[in-house]
Amino acid sequence: MILKGRAWKFGDNISTDLIAPGRYFHLRTNLPELAKHTLEDADPEFSKKVRKGDFIVAGENFGLGSSREHAPQIIKLSGVSAVLAKSFARIFYRNAVNIGLPVLEADTDKIDNGDKIEVDIEKGLIINNSKDIKIRSQPLPEFMIKLLENGGLIAYIQKYKDLEI
Amino acid sequence: MGKTISEKILSSHSKKDVYAGDIIVANIDLAIAQDGTGPLTVQKIRELNRAVKNPSKTIFFIDHASPSPRKELSDAHTILREFTIESGCKLYDIGCGISHQIIAEEYVNPGEIVIGADSHTCTAGALGAFATGMGSTDIAVGMVLGKTWFRVPETYKILVTGKLPVGTYPKDLILYIIGKLGANGATYKALEFSGETIERMEMAGRLTLTNMAVEAGAKTGLIATDKTTEEYLIRQGRGEKYVEIKPDKDANYKREIYIDASDLVPLVSVPHRVDNVKPASELSDIKLDQVYIGTCTNGRIEDFRIAAKILRGKKRNPETRLIIAPASKDVYEKALEEGLIKIFLNAGATILPPGCGPCVGVHGGILGNGEICLSTQNRNFKGRMGNPDAEIYLASPATAAYSALSGVISDPQEAML
Ligand code: SF4
Repeated sequence: MILKGRAWKFGDNISTDLIAPGRYFHLRTNLPELAKHTLEDADPEFSKKVRKGDFIVAGENFGLGSSREHAPQIIKLSGVSAVLAKSFARIFYRNAVNIGLPVLEADTDKIDNGDKIEVDIEKGLIINNSKDIKIRSQPLPEFMIKLLENGGLIAYIQKYKDLEI
Repeated sequence: MGKTISEKILSSHSKKDVYAGDIIVANIDLAIAQDGTGPLTVQKIRELNRAVKNPSKTIFFIDHASPSPRKELSDAHTILREFTIESGCKLYDIGCGISHQIIAEEYVNPGEIVIGADSHTCTAGALGAFATGMGSTDIAVGMVLGKTWFRVPETYKILVTGKLPVGTYPKDLILYIIGKLGANGATYKALEFSGETIERMEMAGRLTLTNMAVEAGAKTGLIATDKTTEEYLIRQGRGEKYVEIKPDKDANYKREIYIDASDLVPLVSVPHRVDNVKPASELSDIKLDQVYIGTCTNGRIEDFRIAAKILRGKKRNPETRLIIAPASKDVYEKALEEGLIKIFLNAGATILPPGCGPCVGVHGGILGNGEICLSTQNRNFKGRMGNPDAEIYLASPATAAYSALSGVISDPQEAML
């Protein structure tokens, strides 16, 4: 899976409250509407300007806070192809993979806002075309790659009928 | 090789000897979701087009927006009501209280595995259960299959000795621990709280500690079972469910952290990070528009008794609104019987129905632009209480109650002497 797009750069500790604000709690059963507010409290312009294929690039502990799966769901709905961060909060990471949104742990210091990025998910390779550099990411556990390849956990269970490792 | 509490419980539920780092499939005993995450869980169950494995141990709670403040949420509640009727799963509707408090009161037993579509599901670890939060898809699959996959976490042992000084409480202890570990200091880890301070602590305080394990990024917080666990279960009418759950003496810990509780002072988390912890005494210039006492962290009867002791016969500062919400109907009833609600009303408090109240910014006390709130909840992220232009400080019920009287953040130790 090769993904291409521009980088949207964020800092450390981007919480699920910044990604999917609680004041839009009533929109949780209407994900396309909720997606219009993706990351609104971190960058009010993001959801208006993000283009299909773009990447979210962040620092440490991306997605900390609540278990709301709506956070990765609306990131995916906004067209974002993957999230690259130095580290992820546990529940967010698992949720993202479950719904088929690739998440890669990598040193993101050498990626700036607007950089043109290419990502090879299987190889865990990030190419920053704007700076002509390659960044290696932590490989995803085998089971998680299998989930992503199958289009997420629901599709996986529909196919295999059971959960075995 | 010896096992931690997590390794023991995950081994017994996967019928294998498992250790930190293993990726395993384990059977679950209880699965829960709430009104924020439940509708998506139901949608995923419908996509799977399969029946729920164990409906009597599959519970939905309407606690976040309870009662509903707007039509979209009323419709979301309808989804849960209809699904629980057709599937035979349980529903705790408006007026019952917060999921984490209710499952501690009525369901969770030592040695069990609990999964919940709410990050504070880790609260149940105080009863010696392995309990962790997940998203709606994971919970839907867990509800249907009766099992889920886990990566067995490494464990940090938090060993606490010494007596908590007057005016400090388990909330101050957990704020101190999170300040020390940092908001991602324990990502993917389990925290095992132990030591004489924990052994002396009643169940309410233990629930406050495990509730906030996730604020250090942890997968769960756990406490070995003992006399206190057994007495709690007996009081809740299920004493026969007591089993001893303890780590092995030679268990392998990733890190051991020693804390002398007698050094603690009342602490406050300063916006917008839970790990940004300062002594309450250094924050006396912070003027408060609102004080909130409640939530799954500190909305128990023990918390209300402390607050009532400080508020009895006094009035809140006229410029500081005081909102109080019991964590469950049971807490509410006890607070009524003990006359605590009367004390709160006389102090100028507004009492909300059992539930999450304004904690997550849906209703019941949303902050205005530029306003400042001191809350007993577990999170102070920007926007958490419904307004990104407001600020949230976190503290114990004692600090919250005492600060409601003065109108500024105040160290409650002086009130307790
Ligand atoms: S009280 Fe707050 S933290 Fe606890 S379950 Fe409700 S919204 Fe979540």
